Amino acid sequence: MVGAVGARLSTISLRGGAPVGFLVGVLVASLIFGAVQLANDPVLFFLTFMRSMGLGSTYALIALGFVLIFKATQTVNFAQGALAATGALFVSFLAVDGNIPFTNLSNPISALGGPGWLRWGLNVIVALAFAAAVGLVIERLAIRPMVGEPLFSVAVITLGLEIIFRVFNNDAVKAEFRQVGVPWLANGFKVGDVLINWSFIAAMITATVVFVAVYFFFRSRLGIAMRAVAFDQEAAMAQGVSVGRVFAVAWAAGAVLAAIGGIFATQPPVAQTLSVDQETANIAFRALPAVILGGLDSVSGALLGGLVVGIAEIYAGQYAAGNISWLGAGYPLIVPYIVMLIGLMVRPYGMFGTPEIQRV
Amino acid sequence: MLGRPNLYTAYRDEIQMLPTWTQKIAFLLFIAVLFLMPFDLPVVSHIPVIRFLGDAEWLRPMALVMVLAIAALGLNLLSGVAGQVSLGHAFFMGVGACAGVYLGGTSGETTWGHSLPIWIWLPGAGIAAALVGVIVSPVAVRLRGLYLAIVTLGLVFLGIHFGNTSWGRRIAGPPELGRPFQELDIRLWKEEKPLINVGDDGRWLWFDVSDSQKRYLFLLVFTILFAVLAKNLVRTRTGRALQAIRDRDIAAEVMGVPEFRYKLVAFAVSSFFAGVAGALFAALSQGVQARDFGLFLSVEFIAILLIGGAGTTSGALIGTFFVVMVPRFVESFTHWLDSADGGLTGALAGVVLTEGGDFGIINTAIQTPGWTLSVFDWNVVLFGALIVLFLIVEPLGIFGIWVRIRNYWKRWPFSY
Repeated sequence: MVGAVGARLSTISLRGGAPVGFLVGVLVASLIFGAVQLANDPVLFFLTFMRSMGLGSTYALIALGFVLIFKATQTVNFAQGALAATGALFVSFLAVDGNIPFTNLSNPISALGGPGWLRWGLNVIVALAFAAAVGLVIERLAIRPMVGEPLFSVAVITLGLEIIFRVFNNDAVKAEFRQVGVPWLANGFKVGDVLINWSFIAAMITATVVFVAVYFFFRSRLGIAMRAVAFDQEAAMAQGVSVGRVFAVAWAAGAVLAAIGGIFATQPPVAQTLSVDQETANIAFRALPAVILGGLDSVSGALLGGLVVGIAEIYAGQYAAGNISWLGAGYPLIVPYIVMLIGLMVRPYGMFGTPEIQRV
Repeated sequence: MLGRPNLYTAYRDEIQMLPTWTQKIAFLLFIAVLFLMPFDLPVVSHIPVIRFLGDAEWLRPMALVMVLAIAALGLNLLSGVAGQVSLGHAFFMGVGACAGVYLGGTSGETTWGHSLPIWIWLPGAGIAAALVGVIVSPVAVRLRGLYLAIVTLGLVFLGIHFGNTSWGRRIAGPPELGRPFQELDIRLWKEEKPLINVGDDGRWLWFDVSDSQKRYLFLLVFTILFAVLAKNLVRTRTGRALQAIRDRDIAAEVMGVPEFRYKLVAFAVSSFFAGVAGALFAALSQGVQARDFGLFLSVEFIAILLIGGAGTTSGALIGTFFVVMVPRFVESFTHWLDSADGGLTGALAGVVLTEGGDFGIINTAIQTPGWTLSVFDWNVVLFGALIVLFLIVEPLGIFGIWVRIRNYWKRWPFSY
């Protein structure tokens, strides 16, 4: 009896029916709510919108790193958060301490003249190169030997790497604040009487640039190779695609995206400290709902998932504070996970994810 | 069937827990050693490693091994036997711990509690966790592989958050301090004097037993109970259904194994194990703290399974021993090196240890800012490195190494 009910439950397609209705209901309700709030206090609404876009862009950047690595290697890189903190630390070492990472040599860029933001930009590029190198080393030492092994084993390897990297990151930030030295500092511009941080705008611009770049990358020779590998590894290999190189590129790109996300993870609206701390690495776990919601293997899913999760988190934090006190302080942090659970009930493979089709 | 170890003439013989007489005797000996380990006995205490583990200062980590082994057995049923990879095992353990302190803890101004005896709070913790597992499973059953891993990872974050809410604090205590919890004493009801006193030194039958010895023995009984339970479950109809789902879920459903029901059972049973372990953990550490049940603990369980050997009961037990005890061994080795002066050990200490500044990688200074990590940090690095290395070099874990050694001697002098 229980079995029969269970079997029926598991075969009901949740595409149609109650969950979709529920989802539409939630969407319509939040749209009406948003419109009312917009009419009530347009300036506050605009500030909230900009904050949510800043957060959403940061999530989208981190999520894109997950997606690129998943597309190439079919596995989730749980070390993304530690890589984000590592990348931000590289920026801190180069731009603020004026040292080349891992050494005591002074950084030649800081001796250059010119405007400060230009030097900072150069430093970021060098730091991203370092991050890419770290990604390449990880791929070569820990991921390449696991080709053909169960995917979950590879995911657990990245969990092990996350633990190792975290120790070193926490060690670096234990004694002192590691500012990343962004040129816009904590400043912003005023709309009415509310301050909108430049970091929101910077995150949005960066996300736009990166997503456009990835769009064109997937139309390049290497990008097509990556899509082929994502589609069928063996067939791609038979066509002469170097799977190893695709893996390497994906990991380097993933590490770079993690580092960019790591820089924004030290900025408002994610954190107020402007410096790398032990919390910075958690940005990846906060962005995971965005990845899952969008679909693990979809670039547009990463963008949309990141924005949706960012909007949900910021708006819930802004407007629902008085009504859900039983959820406790800091409840916006768990809103992404709740959104993810609701989304997965409707679509188990995310909004744009490819359903896994199995042979018996 | 002497000399033909792999020849079985009946299915009953093949699915026995311990198929051969050698295994039966070895198992009994092993159990006897485990029970006698904490005591000073004429023969047993002269076996070097065993006496070393039986010392009072090692009994505490051994008790922790026992508790975590119960949870690891539960995760083994879910991930190793049924193939549903879960990163949320720490969450279920936390649910069990909270249910345990809610039922068994004292009620106060800032805390809720009912001061019930152990025979209520221990099963209660398991059942509460199992219920949460059943509530979660409708979402979890529809997901596969990494999606499931990430969703269960989300549970861990949700759990820690709810532990810090105003009502969560009444159960789990304030986030920094946690909340005290009772000893493992067995009472009939809320009377002052326990029926069996586990918390203090005392006499059991004709023997003097210290509190840590009592705790160890008490938890050992539980662990053996749960190990037998887990091993038996794998041999039943349910166990075979779970293995069919692990190997190919669609094929299992085509064969008539109701996937939804059995996945639900797997979640419930594994959460029950985790809940019981969580409550015992709270009792062992005399308190509960929400942030103990974080991602790191979940990863620890995954590491236990992978290092021990996924899908095998003995693998889960060995893996727990390995993962819990290796850091302690490293710590005590460092202490031993630190106290050495002169001779070979002194030279080794000079190479390995440092107090900041000079050569060496393990910093023994009290404050260790910057590079050269303390031994605790190195243990975490070692833990991560062990996960990576075992997966790359020996995916079947310690159990796989054992099987290879065994097969080598079985076939000796032939190589295959």
